[in-house]
Amino acid sequence: MTSEQNQETLTRAHELITALEKGNNDAVSESLDALTRQHESVLFQELGKMTRELHESINNFKLDARITDLTETDIPDAKERLNYVITMTEDSANKTMDAVDAALPVSESIKNRANELHAEWKRFRERDMSADQFRQLSKDLDNFFPMIGEGSVTVHDNLTKILMAQDFQDLTGQIIRRVITLVQDVENSLVELIKIAGKRIAPAEPEKEKDKIKAEGPQIKGLDDANDIVSGQDDVDDLLSSLGF
Amino acid sequence: MKILVVDDFSTMRRIIKNLLRDLGFNNTQEADDGITALPMLQGGNFDFLVTDWNMPGMTGIDLLKAVRADDKLDGLPVLMVTAESKREQIVEAAQAGVNGYIVKPFTATTLSEKIEKIFERG
Repeated sequence: MTSEQNQETLTRAHELITALEKGNNDAVSESLDALTRQHESVLFQELGKMTRELHESINNFKLDARITDLTETDIPDAKERLNYVITMTEDSANKTMDAVDAALPVSESIKNRANELHAEWKRFRERDMSADQFRQLSKDLDNFFPMIGEGSVTVHDNLTKILMAQDFQDLTGQIIRRVITLVQDVENSLVELIKIAGKRIAPAEPEKEKDKIKAEGPQIKGLDDANDIVSGQDDVDDLLSSLGF
Repeated sequence: MKILVVDDFSTMRRIIKNLLRDLGFNNTQEADDGITALPMLQGGNFDFLVTDWNMPGMTGIDLLKAVRADDKLDGLPVLMVTAESKREQIVEAAQAGVNGYIVKPFTATTLSEKIEKIFERG
C-alpha cells in the first residue's frame, strides 16, 4: 500500500471513530463502506498487476520457438530414433547369433572328422592296419583336406559377418548422443519455465536457417525428408556417377 | 600401403581395420577426429585416408577440405565411410574432392569394391 493510500485509510478511520463517538449511525456505515471499497481497490490493483505479468510471461514463453520445436518435433523424433536403436541392436544381435549358428556346426564336423582320422592315423603309425584299410584312410584324408579348406572359408565368412554386425555401436551411439542433447534442451526449457514465475524472459531469437550439410548421424526413414536421403549404397553410386565420378 | 582410419567410435575403427586386414592391408593407423588426424597425415607418409563424417572436434568433411587445401596432401585418396546419407551431403563431399563415398551400414564387399575402384583409377 502506498503512503497516500495509508493516509486515506487513516482519515477514514478518524471519521469512523468520530462518527461512532457521536453515535451517528449513517456516518458510521458510510465510513465503513468507504474503508472497504478502498481496501478492495488496492486488492484489485495488485491482482490486475499479477494477471498482466502472468499473461505476458505466458505469451513470451509461447514465443520461444525452441519449445514449440521440442514438443512438436523433437520429442516424437526422439521416440522414433530410440525405437530405431532398439531395432538396430536387435538386428545386430540376431545377425551375430545367425553367424554363430552357421559357423558352429562346420567347426564341430571338422573337429569330429579330425578326431576320427587321427585315431586311424595312430593305428597306421602303430602298424595296426591292413593295406585295404590304409587305402581307405588315404582316400578319407584326400576328402578331408578340401573339407577343412571349405569349412575355414565358411567360418571366416561368418566371423566377418559377426565383425560387421558390431557397426550398430557406432550408429546407435550417434543417435543416442542426439537424444542426450535433446534431453539437455528439455531440461533448460524447464528451468526457463520455472524462472518465468517471477520474471519476464527474453524474447526468442529468430530461428536460424537449417544447415543442410550439417552432420546429423544416421538418417531415419519416415523421420527425415525422404527426398533428401539416398536409399542405399546404389543410390550413392548413382548420384556420384551423375556428378562425373 | 599405409592407411589412416578416422572415426570417433573405436568399434567402427576396429571393424574397418579388420576388413582392411582381410583385404591385405596391414599397415593401418587410427585417429578419432580431424584434429588428431590432420597432423598425423602431414607427418606420416600415408597413402590412403578412410574417414567418417560426423565427429566431434573436426568433422570428416572439414578434414577432407583441409587435406585438399594442403599442398603436400592434396593428392591423397580419401574414402568417406559415414551414416550421413543426404543428397546435399554427398554432393558436398564430391565437390570437396572425395574419391569414394560409402554409407553405413555397409558390407565388406562394398568396402573392397570402392577401394579397388579408387586405386585402379590411380
